[in-house]
Amino acid sequence: MNNHLLDPYRPRTSPVHTLDGRVKFVLTVAFILTTSLTPVAAWPVYMLLFALILSVEILSGLGVGFVFKRALLALPFVLAAFPVIFTNGQTVLFSYNIGIWTLVAHAEGLARFISVTLKSWLSVQAAIVMASSTPFPELLHSMRAVGIPRLLVSMFGMMWRYLFVLMDEGLRLMRARAARSGQSGDASHRSGGSVLWRASVAGGMAGNLFLRAFERSDRIYAAMLSRGYDGEVRLLPLPPMSGATRGALLAGLALLSLLLSFGILFWG
Amino acid sequence: MHHSIEVEQLSFSYPDGRPALVEVALHIAPGEKVALVGPNGAGKSTLILHLNGILTGQGRVTVCGLEVGEKTLGRVRAAVGLVFQNPDDQLFSPTVYEDVAFGPLYLGLGPDEVAVRVCSALTAVSMQSYAKRVSHHLSNGEKKRIAIASVLSMNPEVLVLDEPTAGLDPRARRGLINLLQELPVTMLVASHDLRMVSELLPRMIIMDEGRIVADGLTANLLKDKKLLEAHGLEKPWNPPM
Amino acid sequence: MYSPAPMHIPDGFLSTLVSVVFWMVSAIAVTYALRRVGKDLGERQVPVMGVLAAAIFAGQMLNFSVTGGTSGHLLGAALATILLGPWAAVIVLTSVVSMQALIFQDGGLLALGTNLFNMAIVGVTVSYFVYSSIQKLARGKSWGVFIGGAAAAWFSIVIASLACALELALSGTSPANIAVPAMGGIHMLIGIGEGLITVGALAFLYAARPDLLRAGETANKGSAAVWIFGLGIAALLTALSPLASAHPDSLEWVAEQNGFLEAARAPLYNIISDYSFPGISNTALATIIAGVLGMLLVFGTVLGVAYWRRKKEIDYPQRAPRNTKE
Repeated sequence: MNNHLLDPYRPRTSPVHTLDGRVKFVLTVAFILTTSLTPVAAWPVYMLLFALILSVEILSGLGVGFVFKRALLALPFVLAAFPVIFTNGQTVLFSYNIGIWTLVAHAEGLARFISVTLKSWLSVQAAIVMASSTPFPELLHSMRAVGIPRLLVSMFGMMWRYLFVLMDEGLRLMRARAARSGQSGDASHRSGGSVLWRASVAGGMAGNLFLRAFERSDRIYAAMLSRGYDGEVRLLPLPPMSGATRGALLAGLALLSLLLSFGILFWG
Repeated sequence: MHHSIEVEQLSFSYPDGRPALVEVALHIAPGEKVALVGPNGAGKSTLILHLNGILTGQGRVTVCGLEVGEKTLGRVRAAVGLVFQNPDDQLFSPTVYEDVAFGPLYLGLGPDEVAVRVCSALTAVSMQSYAKRVSHHLSNGEKKRIAIASVLSMNPEVLVLDEPTAGLDPRARRGLINLLQELPVTMLVASHDLRMVSELLPRMIIMDEGRIVADGLTANLLKDKKLLEAHGLEKPWNPPM
Repeated sequence: MYSPAPMHIPDGFLSTLVSVVFWMVSAIAVTYALRRVGKDLGERQVPVMGVLAAAIFAGQMLNFSVTGGTSGHLLGAALATILLGPWAAVIVLTSVVSMQALIFQDGGLLALGTNLFNMAIVGVTVSYFVYSSIQKLARGKSWGVFIGGAAAAWFSIVIASLACALELALSGTSPANIAVPAMGGIHMLIGIGEGLITVGALAFLYAARPDLLRAGETANKGSAAVWIFGLGIAALLTALSPLASAHPDSLEWVAEQNGFLEAARAPLYNIISDYSFPGISNTALATIIAGVLGMLLVFGTVLGVAYWRRKKEIDYPQRAPRNTKE
């Protein structure tokens, strides 16, 4: 069974898909950094950044709806920033009485809250576009290109390779559990067992998964040895970057720096 | 004359003391295609793991003129290609290309030579278009072929396969048998699939409880019903034409 | 379906300064852990770390229903530390948290350094401190494994959540007097679930493969530096939390951070202000211009893509269906 429902990569023919993964990776991080450094309440800059990422989404053929739906995942965390509307500030917007407490909303707090929400939403869209338009093996190349140790990169690669295999195994364990989680229909029997029991069953499944993973790692090690593995990480060299690719990278970085300096200069 | 595989008085016990191999001896000549059969637990997989030094027991194992020992492991593993039973254990790189390139890369070949080896290995298993694919998304039959390619790319002299047809549907099984038929290397195949054995492998070694109990022509051994039954085997039924 | 845990901070919530500082701290810690793992595991490190990271990730998928709609999940820092020792646990957790950020956008990319610090570093070191201390108290008796495991799991989750809350407060995103008790409180409950699953897993392994647990113990011996760090960070965060909560005006911290940005900006601004930018200093006008530019960009892209698709159709027209019999 394939678990590529959880694999975000969506193959399409688009310039975004064909663009070198290394460039996409750097530009995505640069975009996120730009939104992070863009000052609070620099609305025009946020608008331009949104227009930029929206255009990329359209260009990629992934579909704006697809990206927006996935972006909703980051939304719940926004609640953590919500209280900041009511902490100190100068310009009072409104106040609300709840029992003995008075909530005073400030314009500065509201601006900060909206800015945080925008930064978060824009950043997550960029990350989604990168993950959905770049096959993971290419992302591994990007990691090597930015200097992450090859040892760590090979561990990542191996983790990704076996992620879906082990998830399938975990899924089978959960199905087996579900298949045995019947309800007797007899009103006097409360089904499900205690929370403690359910937790220990889940724990047993986790332990089982770990055990299978340990034993599998032994077999993989044997397979690696059989093909000459000697402990040293050897990888094929990364393909060179064409002039056009380099150009795209520089253009992207230049555009982002422009937007950022615009923001800092006038709203910092 | 140098045999491809020479095992002399090999014995091996598990860490908990159980004997897995008892005084195993066999000789395989270059070009031979040999089957290794026997019930589960007979020691087939254990024996196979001794052939490239992953396990070491008492006795001597010599492959392609090299005695298997600490110093020769690298060359031994280049000479003996082991294809494991579960292809998921053997395809551990993110893409098919990288898996097939692993062996040549560790042999120290340059990227161009590696590319040549990968291409010819994938061609040998008829999977040239699969280079950029992700191993996880392949069917069981496809994975088995790629696993074989990942070993072929090292240009081994001997190919050792553990249960190659296990878990395959009839079409994939037929494809695999045809593939093995065409490969010109010396072959040792551990298998329960006696129909494949009778079709593909002229010589058969029967193992049971860690010992070799028979070693001869497949055609002859398969006629001996008593021998087969004594060691948990059944004569393959061939439907009347 | 995969559901994000409440401790993975997305991008946008941390100030750039906090993100960068914690990135540097995590990078140093992970690099060091990598070296130590190499020494301990040698050749086996790639397959073992890789597959176990996949197992923890898959294990996080396992849940059990607590009440109605909520369910408990596993983070796995304590379990990884107990089974693999602190250094390997750091690497495994690093892989898991990084993968979650990159592939599932569970946690931001800029915020990844901070998330790694909370889960892979604080989570692991606190687990190590608690577990090894209780093991020493138990003097080798089996209750040490289970009580130690439960306590390590609980503390790792709670202390990591405190770190998370303080980082949010430091960034001015969440007032400390709300974030700290809220995060801490929620995670004290979540920690119970983590403790239960951890003990369940340990019980299974104790019965099925006690040799693996013993192997973990040898990996866990003698990392005095980790023990001290674990104790230190737990103490620090526990002490800081009530202090920060009593200090609702966390924005003061933020102002100081902005001071850096102001200092960097000042000379540039002085140069620019010599030139006059008529109209741009008017925020409303700037917003309108930005809006127009933005819309032009987006519509331009839409038109461009539509044109390119139509052109492809013209160059490679669809074949007419064959409906004549040969």
